[in-house]
Amino acid sequence: MVAVKTFPMGGVHPPENKLTADSPIQVLDPPDEVSILLGQHIGAPAEPVVQKGDKVKVGTLIGEGKAFISANVHSTVSGTVKRVDEALDAAGFRKPAVVIAVEGDEWEDDIDRSPDLVTEITATPEEIIDRIKAAGIVGMGGAAFPTNVKYMVPEGKQVDTLVINGVECEPYLTADHRLMLEHTDEILVGIEVLRKALRVDRAVVGIELNKPDAIEAMTQGAERFPNIEVYGLKVQYPQGAEKQLIKAILDREVPGGKLPLDVGCVVNNVGTALAAYHEIQKNRPLIDRVVTVTGTSLSNRGNFLIRIGTPFARAIEAAGGMTDDVAKVIAGGPMMGKAVPDLSVPVTKGTSGILLLTKAEAEQRETVPCIRCSKCVEVCPVGLEPYLLEKLARVEYWEQSDEHDVLDCIECGSCTYICPSNRPLLDYIKVSKVKVHEMRRASTS
Amino acid sequence: MKSELTVRSIMWGVVIALLPVFAASALVFGIRAIMAVLVTSAACVATEYVIQRFFLRRQPTVDDGSAVVTGMLLAFNVSIAVPMWQLVVGAVVAIGVAKMAFGGIGTNPFNPALIGRAFMTVSFPVHMNTWALPRDQLLSLGVDRATGATPLGQIADALQLGEPLSAIAADLPSHTELFLGTVGGSMGEISALAVLIGGAYMLYRRLIPLETPVVFLGTLALITGLFWLFDPDSYADPLFHVLAGGAMLGAWFMATDMATSPMSRNGRILFAAGCGLLTAVIRLFGGFPEGVTYAILIMNAFVPLIDNKLRPPRFGKGAAR
Repeated sequence: MVAVKTFPMGGVHPPENKLTADSPIQVLDPPDEVSILLGQHIGAPAEPVVQKGDKVKVGTLIGEGKAFISANVHSTVSGTVKRVDEALDAAGFRKPAVVIAVEGDEWEDDIDRSPDLVTEITATPEEIIDRIKAAGIVGMGGAAFPTNVKYMVPEGKQVDTLVINGVECEPYLTADHRLMLEHTDEILVGIEVLRKALRVDRAVVGIELNKPDAIEAMTQGAERFPNIEVYGLKVQYPQGAEKQLIKAILDREVPGGKLPLDVGCVVNNVGTALAAYHEIQKNRPLIDRVVTVTGTSLSNRGNFLIRIGTPFARAIEAAGGMTDDVAKVIAGGPMMGKAVPDLSVPVTKGTSGILLLTKAEAEQRETVPCIRCSKCVEVCPVGLEPYLLEKLARVEYWEQSDEHDVLDCIECGSCTYICPSNRPLLDYIKVSKVKVHEMRRASTS
Repeated sequence: MKSELTVRSIMWGVVIALLPVFAASALVFGIRAIMAVLVTSAACVATEYVIQRFFLRRQPTVDDGSAVVTGMLLAFNVSIAVPMWQLVVGAVVAIGVAKMAFGGIGTNPFNPALIGRAFMTVSFPVHMNTWALPRDQLLSLGVDRATGATPLGQIADALQLGEPLSAIAADLPSHTELFLGTVGGSMGEISALAVLIGGAYMLYRRLIPLETPVVFLGTLALITGLFWLFDPDSYADPLFHVLAGGAMLGAWFMATDMATSPMSRNGRILFAAGCGLLTAVIRLFGGFPEGVTYAILIMNAFVPLIDNKLRPPRFGKGAAR
């Protein structure tokens, strides 16, 4: 029996549109050429350690994350480095990248590619953290924050619980859902690996109730792991937002500007737990991920295991191909994802979904004046006043925006989703956050 | 990704919620009530259209339904005895002065229908204070009909003459009559039942917050109840105060007006309590028998202050390790 829990304030319930929930994960073969970004994560880009003409295998280190917040990058294919250059990322920025012409599919020798489950964890906590860093593991839920950094608990902070995020509250996305169904045991061992690294006795997994089969599988699997508890959570967006998830499961509130560490938690996605399993138990760095490629127009939409660096176009082709009525391609889910500028952009460690919207689905209603309906205030899971933050942003009152806690916004987009006047509230808030950060930096320097 | 909610769906939803009130009004007051609602609605829409099209030179947005809401509420707020031309004047003031002069939808500080009503009360006191009695009115088109005091007016008159309420108890309508609406009063305030049906619909569609009508009517009942317990000969019982006059219509349809009520839940509770308090004070001690209009308008003026002081609770504030 799992208890129903949720976060206390705000939230919305958009149509779930989990069109690919029943589609088993399909393996997508490597394309002819991959473009692997060196900055796929939050923090400084990795520095290239290969040159044009170098031969690489699957798992060869090609970029080294040297800064404190950075991540290593590995080749996801075998072949020859064509150039070390720049490529467009999903947000439209040019980022340093390594372009590799694919030849065959040869893996580094020390990677264990057998399907056998390895349950015994021999690595020490220090080794686990070092190897997570070496393997280039970042948050797989979308934010792509380097995972090892979360595990370097500053002195004086006490952590007692590892929170594992299997919520997948974004509409359309089903990658984590399929992972929990098809790789249950690997994820559970991965959670044990992370739990060991964190030196805590308790790990909790949150899964939205719209995935009863995943809850069932994980609960059953967890019977063999006495330190792992599985919780079914109410279907309410943004249940998977870090602070909301902690509140829902543990009833602890992370204050604005603070981290989960401050309330004794570290949060990782189920995909991250799987990546940790792969590295620590199978010596396999982060080279691929499951991406939900979906949309009503796609005939073969589904969940694909895709090598990082594969262009979006290749993934879309595998899912049925572009049709004339597609107006927008979004990286991520419909609530927090961003429309991509070009289909050549590569899949990265943080790409949870590729969503195609038709002209009818992407149609924007006209923006009309605010009628003060207060729905944006009602749905904000942080208790902010989006209508006010929009007004302040339009007149560029950044000090007041700061006073009204604009930096606490988690950018879930519930306000923009609900606004009957179709106001781009989150767009204004994002601008405010940038400006407030600039203002704060200017005042401290 | 966008929800289905639009300004249009909200405003036309309120129009649908007003239909039971409209029906009750038509049943009790007859064809003239239907005409009055049509006239005020048409006049409100026309005023908004003309101002947007010819003065502001903008694309008119009258199809959003907000002017129709104001028109219907204006008619429901006045007596059936008011001549049609006065209704038109009220509508022009409601939309032209109270809404468009402040910038149109969402920007008006005061409820337009109530401003229209207040303007009419001071401009046309005779007709505005002539209350038709509901009997045998169904087919009467003229204003030459039986008139009399509203239930609240009866109480005010009795108290002015120094009579105890027990002396006029037989003349006062029963709670059941007040609930169903077979009493004198403005076109929309008579039937508490009709207002409740519309209110339930708005709650179901999530067009209004529950706290506003509950706190408004609860505060009114609490204060009038205290006085009634203390001296039932001078003060009517709390249920009478909730059911009589415009309290129900005001609490469900006018204090819940989005543009003119606070943005946070705490703010709305304070706002609604203020509406209930002022209604009670005006009814019990003021010069008018009824106080809902002015109670809401006065509280409307406090909305910017309330919004500034009563903010929604922030996530993570006051969190304990």
